[in-house]
Formats: sequence, structure tokens, C-alpha cells
Amino acid sequence: MSFAEKLNKGSFVVTSEIGPPKGTEVEKMLEEAEVLRGMVDGFNVTDLQSSVMRLGSLAVCHLLVERGLEPIFQITCRDRNRLALQSDLLSAYVLGIRNVLVLTGDHPILGDHPEAKPVFDLDSVSLLKVASTLGEGEDMKGNKLDGKPEFLLGAVVNPGADPLELQLMKMEKKIEVGAKFFQTQAIYDLRKFEEFMKKVEKYKVPILGGIVLLKSAGMAKYMNEKVAGVSVPERYIKMMAEAKKKERPRISIQIGAELIKGIKQLCQGVHIMPLGWERYVPRLLEASGLA
Amino acid sequence: MLVMQVKPEEEILSRVWGRRVFIFECFGCREVHFPEEKIETLVEKFKEKVIGKLSCDYLCRREFVQDYINEYCQEIERAEIILIFSCGVGTQVVSSLLEDKIVYTACDTLYLNGFQGLTVQDFNCNQCGECYLNYTGGICPLTNCPKGLLNGPCGGAKNGKCEVNPEADCAWELIYNRLKKQGRLNLLKRVFPPRNYQKIITESLLRKGV
Repeated sequence: MSFAEKLNKGSFVVTSEIGPPKGTEVEKMLEEAEVLRGMVDGFNVTDLQSSVMRLGSLAVCHLLVERGLEPIFQITCRDRNRLALQSDLLSAYVLGIRNVLVLTGDHPILGDHPEAKPVFDLDSVSLLKVASTLGEGEDMKGNKLDGKPEFLLGAVVNPGADPLELQLMKMEKKIEVGAKFFQTQAIYDLRKFEEFMKKVEKYKVPILGGIVLLKSAGMAKYMNEKVAGVSVPERYIKMMAEAKKKERPRISIQIGAELIKGIKQLCQGVHIMPLGWERYVPRLLEASGLA
Repeated sequence: MLVMQVKPEEEILSRVWGRRVFIFECFGCREVHFPEEKIETLVEKFKEKVIGKLSCDYLCRREFVQDYINEYCQEIERAEIILIFSCGVGTQVVSSLLEDKIVYTACDTLYLNGFQGLTVQDFNCNQCGECYLNYTGGICPLTNCPKGLLNGPCGGAKNGKCEVNPEADCAWELIYNRLKKQGRLNLLKRVFPPRNYQKIITESLLRKGV
């Protein structure tokens, strides 16, 4: 069953993430995806994540399609103007890609080419609208298309954002222009996530709660300090700090599983962002009762 | 050179209609291209509701404007809408000094070259030709947000600070706070279409030969 079918049916869905390599060597990345075959319903493929130049999301999505794995094509507004974005959506469709996750994208200054021109001709809301319009058979200027790309469109939301009201206003706009599912920023505070879910229940749109495995106490502290809307509770930081280096993956999986079990009670799916720890995802899913 | 154009008449009239209006009109750069006649004809249509008008040079000079505001404080207090005829910088200056008031710009700024930096101020105008200040509480999302986003924050701000420039406050949080204070958060519900870059008069279009 496809990701879209499962979502529509109301089943609990699991997605993971693939970061394309910096270069052309794709074997390792494909092996990491292969390990999760049958365990996840879709693979997000990041679009020059953190504004670091690397292999493109479009090509990697196509490689997954060829292998019978279902990609979720992440597309950001950082690097392409409205012509290129629309064209790439058409390209994605003919390459067999059916799910698209639309994001604004990080600013180039945060990546490895900080001198680059930031494009942001469209933003996440206007690009979603454009993608919806393409799906109806017209480009954003109203010109007719010969064959239309009908995607399942998704977007992101940050349940820990402050002020949350402002975040929800943007979420509402995304729904208004065609977002059919949401993946969230990493969740560590289930009570806060529950409050968020109560606020967004009325939208009746599937939400996939984000999971990032903690690799160390230092990583948790860094995220608390730098990453928007992320607050790792002291309890988890302490667990990671007390674990010996060898034990960390086990403790991290224990924390992740606890969060996934909690998320499972609150929303329709989970989105795992392994950030290099792809090899631990099967164990995480097993520990969460999802494998 | 300053090039401004007055926003469509229907748009301005729909904003001011039936409300007590106080007008700020900037003449600092008018010798260049200030649509003075058009403004006069327009204001004539709602003149009975105009409770005060302040014409000055260089609305971009904050200290100056503060003095004028003190002088006209009673009329400004009574006004339900402050209508600005100036470039985007002037509008931002007045908005920042009258945070509780609805400040509405009647102009789109197309071109400011040679005038930026003439007076020292904290605000900048992107000369986008389709001024957004009326929807954002007088805080420009183009010059204050590094991504120039029109539909809300990117989500990267931490503790109210911009991810790209941690020294600066997130422009969208500033916009949210100001509109919330004014009870006008509904303005943020609108889905803004992408910018129209054709509105910009570029150097190349204006240049008449080397």
C-alpha cells in the first residue's frame, strides 16, 4: 500500500529520512535505505540540507523509485526561482515521484557556500499553492499543462515554536493551499506535543511527529540552545550524560522508543530523522513496537 | 532619484472611508517624482474626515518626526487611521513611533537611489513597488527578514532571535507582536502571492545610455 493510501486510510505511518551524499557515491546511502525496506512507508530525501551543497533530492528520489522504495521529495525555495521550482515538480512527476514535502529552506549563510545568492522567490506557502495548481493542470500563470502532476503534498510544522499562535497561523495557510500531511520538528516533550495536538485536531490533517535520536548529552544541550522549538528535558540529558560511550546508542534508542510510544497515542505517524544513525532505526522501530 | 506611486484609489478609499484620518505628507524628495496632484485629488474625496495634516521634509528623520508628533498629539490621538504619503522609510518611522495606531501607507515606493542614507535612520526600503507595510504593522518583511518571507516566519528563530543574524529580532515575531497589540492579527491570515518583480524599476531599465 502506498504512503498516500495508508495516510488516507487513517493507518499509523512511519517515515524516515535520507541525506544524499556530498559527491556521486550513492551505494552507502542506498544500503541504508535498503535496511529499512518494508519497515517504513516513505523516505524523505532532503534538499541540500542545512544549505550544504550535495547530490540533489530529485535524483535520489528517482533512484529510490527504481528500487521500489517510496520517496518523499523535499523541495525548498532557497535555490530556485518560480520557473525552476515548477519545472522540477514536473520533472519529479515524470520520474515517478508522487509525494512532495514543501519547505522554505535554510538560508545559504548557514551552509558551506555562505556567499551564495539566497533565492526565496516563493516561500513554503506560495510553493504549496503553486504545486496544488500544477496538480489541477495549470501553471501559476494559468497556462494549461499537457499532463498534470498530481502529488500528495506535505509541509512541516514546529510544535515547540514560540509564539505558537504565529506558527499555527502559517500552518492554517499551508492547509488552505493544499498541504495534506505535516511532519514536525523533533519532539522530546510529550506533554507540550499533546497540547499542540489538541490545538490542531480541528484541522483534521494527518501529523507525523518528528524523532531525532540523541547521540550525546552535548547534542541535546546544543539543540536546546540553538534549534528553534526544541527542548530536550533534563531527564534525557542526564540519561545520555551518564551512559558510557558504548552504551549511548542503546540509551538513545530507549529514549526514542519512549517518545514514539507516546507520539503513537497522539497522532497519525512518526517521522524519524536519523542524522547518520540510520543503522539504529530498525532497532528503534522494534523497541517502539513498530517493526 | 525618488519615484513613488500612489496605491490604487479604491484600495486607499476602502481603508480610510468613514474613519478620522490624520495625514503625514513628506516633501523631502518631492522635487524628483512626487505625485502631488494625484494626492490632492484623492484627499479631496474624504477631506471632511481629515482631522489634521502634517507636511514635512524628510519623514525619515526620526527625531524630527517625534517633535512633530508631540506637536500634533491631540489630533493624532483622535485619529482612527494615520495615512502616510512618503516612501517606505517614512512609513516605517511613523509606524515605529505610533505603535498603537493603524498606520497606512498610500504609496508604493519604486525607486530611491541617491536618497538612501541622506538622513540617518534605522529603516530601509526595498523599493519593491508593492508596499507590504499595511499588512505587517509597518514593519517591512523584505528588509527585516533575511529571506524576505511574505507568509510568516521560517521557523528558524530561537528565543525571538533570527537564525541568520542572531543579533536581530525575528521580523515576523515583531510583526506578530505589533499586530497582536493592535488587535489586527487577522491580517496575517491572508495568503500572499509571490512578489511581482516586474514592478521594480531596475537600473538597466532607467539607464538611458552610458
